[in-house]
Amino acid sequence: MSIPENLGYTEEHEWVDLADSGVATVGITEFAAKNLGDVVFVQLPEVGAKITRGEPCGEVESVKAVSELYSPVDGEVVEINEAVIDSPELVNTDPYGDGWMFRARVAEEPDLLDAAAYDALTKES
Amino acid sequence: MSTLSPLHAVHEALGASFTDFAGWAMPLRYGSELAEHKAVRTAAGIFDLSHMGEIELTGPEAAQALDYALVGNLSAVKPGRARYTMICDEDGGVLDDLVVYRLADDRFMVVANASNAATVATALRERAAGFSVEVDDQSASVALIAVQGPASPAIVGPVTGADLVSLAYYAAVPARVAGHEVLLARTGYTGEDGFELYVEGANAAEVWQALADAGAEHGLVPAGLACRDTLRLEAGMPLYGNELGVELTPFDAGLGRVVKFDKPGDFVGRAALERRRDADVDSRVLVGLVGSGRRAPRHGYAVADSDGNRVGTVTSGALSPTLGHPIAMAYVPVSVSEPGTALTVDIRGTVAPVEVVKLPFYKRPA
Repeated sequence: MSIPENLGYTEEHEWVDLADSGVATVGITEFAAKNLGDVVFVQLPEVGAKITRGEPCGEVESVKAVSELYSPVDGEVVEINEAVIDSPELVNTDPYGDGWMFRARVAEEPDLLDAAAYDALTKES
Repeated sequence: MSTLSPLHAVHEALGASFTDFAGWAMPLRYGSELAEHKAVRTAAGIFDLSHMGEIELTGPEAAQALDYALVGNLSAVKPGRARYTMICDEDGGVLDDLVVYRLADDRFMVVANASNAATVATALRERAAGFSVEVDDQSASVALIAVQGPASPAIVGPVTGADLVSLAYYAAVPARVAGHEVLLARTGYTGEDGFELYVEGANAAEVWQALADAGAEHGLVPAGLACRDTLRLEAGMPLYGNELGVELTPFDAGLGRVVKFDKPGDFVGRAALERRRDADVDSRVLVGLVGSGRRAPRHGYAVADSDGNRVGTVTSGALSPTLGHPIAMAYVPVSVSEPGTALTVDIRGTVAPVEVVKLPFYKRPA
């Protein structure tokens, strides 16, 4: 199971890339995608939407299950991944790349799990 | 602690994801359930169904015992043939839906859902008490492997050496695979042509391997319970716990035809089922619903009529992998059950239009 070192993680199985200063890129982890199975529908927040850490801001639906997408940050959505709406299978095939969900402008750096802590979390469950 | 299938190590080696199903750890998927679903529709899939219950009844009055215990006319089934039937309680409620194989004049195998296997075995023992018959629950020792899909005859034929041309749908013959005895049945739960092989658990891995090897050139893939559910849903087949339950009679599920009132003797549930058959009630019926877009109605979601009045509940639903649009089954009143009727489903707060259609959603090409 891939858990890239350069990303931050949440207990709700989202990953956050803060490489661009002030803008967070958000997706769901390979662990989450694998547990959901084949993703067939993704609903994302609208560009401009204010999102709150820990609050649902979208939905990821697989053949077998529906899962809420929780915002890992406080901020404002500046871009969404249209490709993942058209091709939800990207969440399974490339969860840390083309399967990203949205980008949000964040005022302060969120408190996230590092790769080792997230790895430990996935092994508990 | 989950019960493990005799094929557990095979599934682990194949990288399966497991799910708990009625206390059994069974393969949910090996990779992509959509790919597995498609393989069964276009080539073939191999399933481990060892969680199913197998209960044998042997004795001179085995047929009479089953005629009394079940709603079907089992004494009319010829040896080598199988029948889809149900076991009901005194109130006509469905305890389980079953496939019963007549193995010989005096020997039957009742196949029950995993979640009901113990209930069925207990009920059969109680109901068989007055008959000259032995009831033997073999669920723990018998494994079940299914090969389903249009390529399945080309795979199963050479491996078993059986004459599949004369093996009709819902028939079964003893056969050998990899030197092991199996009961080879032409049955399934996918809407495709296919076979189910009952085998001693100790021999299951070798039988699986022989089938997998033979199937490789035909596109056979291991397939899990996730795609089994979408396959049976497309085929309009009921799942106990969703479309069937003890609070429903076979008539409620649109399956009143399995109740054989004209068979000899009494049977458990007869009086209640006769009342239900003759009742002039605006009863619920099971219908198919189709929607548009990609969001699927799911188990438990509310169904409403065009005025927004709640009329029923979704029992099963999914985005159909084969058809590409949402499909669902639901119980609704007869008054809104005609194909073409416009209804809605509340999909987590969004009112989605759906249309009533005739089941099944998918029928395999003739």
